[in-house]
Amino acid sequence: MSIVEIRNLSYSYPGLNKPALINIDLTIEKGDFIILTGPSGCGKTTLCRCLNGLIPHFYNGDLTGDVIVTGLSVKDNPTSKIAQHVGFVFQNPENQLFALSVEKDIAFGLENLAVPRTEIRKQVDHALDLLGITNLRDNAPYELSGGQKQRVAIACILAMHPELMILDEPTSFLDPVAAKNLFEIIYALNKELGLTIILVEHRLDLLCTYANRVIIMDEGKVKADGIPRDILSSKEVLSLGIGIPKITKLYLELKASGIHLGDPPISVNEIAQEIRTLMLND
Amino acid sequence: MIEVENVSFTYPSGVEALKEINVKINDADFIAIIGENGAGKTTFIKHLNGILKPTQGDIYINGLNTKKASIAELSRDVGLVFQNPDHQLFCETVEDEIAFGLKNFGFNKDAISERVTWALNLLDLTKYGKVSPFMLSGGERKRVALATILAWDPKILVLDEPTIGQDFHQKDKLRQFIVQLNSQGRTVIMVTHDVEFVADCNPKVIVMSNNRIIATGSAREVLTNFDILAKASVLPPQITQLFIKLSDLGLPQNVIDLYEAKQLIIDLTKGRLNNEGL
Ligand SMILES: Nc1ncnc2c1ncn2[C@@H]1O[C@H](COP(=O)(O)OP(=O)(O)OP(=O)(O)O)[C@@H](O)[C@H]1O
Ligand SMILES: Nc1ncnc2c1ncn2[C@@H]1O[C@H](COP(=O)(O)OP(=O)(O)O)[C@@H](O)[C@H]1O
Ligand SMILES: [Mg+2]
Ligand SMILES: [Mg+2]
Repeated sequence: MSIVEIRNLSYSYPGLNKPALINIDLTIEKGDFIILTGPSGCGKTTLCRCLNGLIPHFYNGDLTGDVIVTGLSVKDNPTSKIAQHVGFVFQNPENQLFALSVEKDIAFGLENLAVPRTEIRKQVDHALDLLGITNLRDNAPYELSGGQKQRVAIACILAMHPELMILDEPTSFLDPVAAKNLFEIIYALNKELGLTIILVEHRLDLLCTYANRVIIMDEGKVKADGIPRDILSSKEVLSLGIGIPKITKLYLELKASGIHLGDPPISVNEIAQEIRTLMLND
Repeated sequence: MIEVENVSFTYPSGVEALKEINVKINDADFIAIIGENGAGKTTFIKHLNGILKPTQGDIYINGLNTKKASIAELSRDVGLVFQNPDHQLFCETVEDEIAFGLKNFGFNKDAISERVTWALNLLDLTKYGKVSPFMLSGGERKRVALATILAWDPKILVLDEPTIGQDFHQKDKLRQFIVQLNSQGRTVIMVTHDVEFVADCNPKVIVMSNNRIIATGSAREVLTNFDILAKASVLPPQITQLFIKLSDLGLPQNVIDLYEAKQLIIDLTKGRLNNEGL
């Protein structure tokens, strides 16, 4: 069953003649875990804004085509309605935090959904724990480090249990262990509860093993869409300058030197296995 | 030269963000600072241009105590690019943003226009010269923040998470440019969570954890010291992870570089073939 239907979507920001999105057609299935990537400025954030209604409700400009998310036409429904189904983690965590304490910021979204008090407490505690920020619960968000703020922003959205979770470069401020934990948390939610994930990220090495689909954009268009293994080793993707993982690059370098390792690897375990196999067969 | 002597810092809220920091950074050093969220990295580098002053201890920039100098004075030599570009950008157009610092430092009109053009081009921003920084994407805004500082060519360049929002191509350009500036004698200090970027840049590395410096060394030494990395919530680069997995094949465990890795694997397979040939 599809959770997002985008038909012939184009969008231009006000005052700019170059469209930020051009004729996008995209269907996203319930339960997909999607990496959305592409060069800086290609339109990733703009596409995300179309999915939660920020475009067209907060950004003017020129929108054509249809966007249906969880059965709701984004044009015809207020963002408050869409927010009941779609969670959005902003690229810049500071645009999302405004309460006087971390705890209040996380509770805020739940209060808006009219969740009962005891349930709010439970969800807030759980989200704090998942993101490893229980010790910061009484801190003021503006007095936190960059990575701590980003963890709070993610906790706010996780606590709301959306059906579709959109995360716009959610690991840009996170330390490597925190980034890995985040991917594991959302991967578990994706597998166990069928939560649909759209995650914008440049560093594919960190998460291509979790995703079932990679979508690559360039200059406002979708340029490639497929399973991570095919996408990561395709010529077209290399020419777009997408950051393929180091081990995939090593595989391609070895191949160019006449060492063939089988299928393109997307994890350290896979390439280690292939090198072992090569050594045994030689 | 930067001398940091027994520096501690406590925020007004009471959080002790730096504890007894001692470090000396020489001219033309290239340093990466890594460490977990909240380790104190941003707090530390904000001391280098005097935005923050030590609660205890002293910092000398080329002999000048930061407590006795203004931010304006220090900034001519120490250019700091903030972690979040929104804390840095305030002008109406990208061009004005880049020209702002240059005007403050008394560059003449021609020099300003030359440097603005140069910086826009360097960071692929030429088409946005007349656009408001707030209409740009996150990665583009970060590049504007970088451009504003690079334009006045400070002797010491301090970059908080320079690769945020950058695609592979932009990251590689940035790396080449930083390495070039460094080879021309500029001191470069960058805070980053991107271990692959550190492995590519091959700087000296300072590891911070729990508001202290817990290790310093070459990129190779630090990125293959798993105890230290674990303390600072850092994972080794992919290449290093691979070579640990393959250590039983006789491969070294301290590899961080892709091309070194490639050569070692080629040698390994050749070694095999040669043995069989005998
Ligand atoms: N303005 C502030 N007021 C009070 N405490 C602060 C402030 N900014 C940071 N802190 C606290 O100081 C400590 C160090 O923060 P800092 O921003 O230096 O960390 P960091 O190493 O840069 O982390 P990150 O990787 O998340 O950016 C943290 O405990 C943080 O919560
Ligand atoms: N609020 C805005 N107003 C006008 N133009 C914008 C705005 N936000 C982004 N843009 C422009 O739209 C294009 C796509 O931006 P964005 O979707 O943020 O890219 P990214 O893929 O990096 O997320 C870029 O050219 C950017 O400059
Ligand atoms: Mg973006
Ligand atoms: Mg920081």
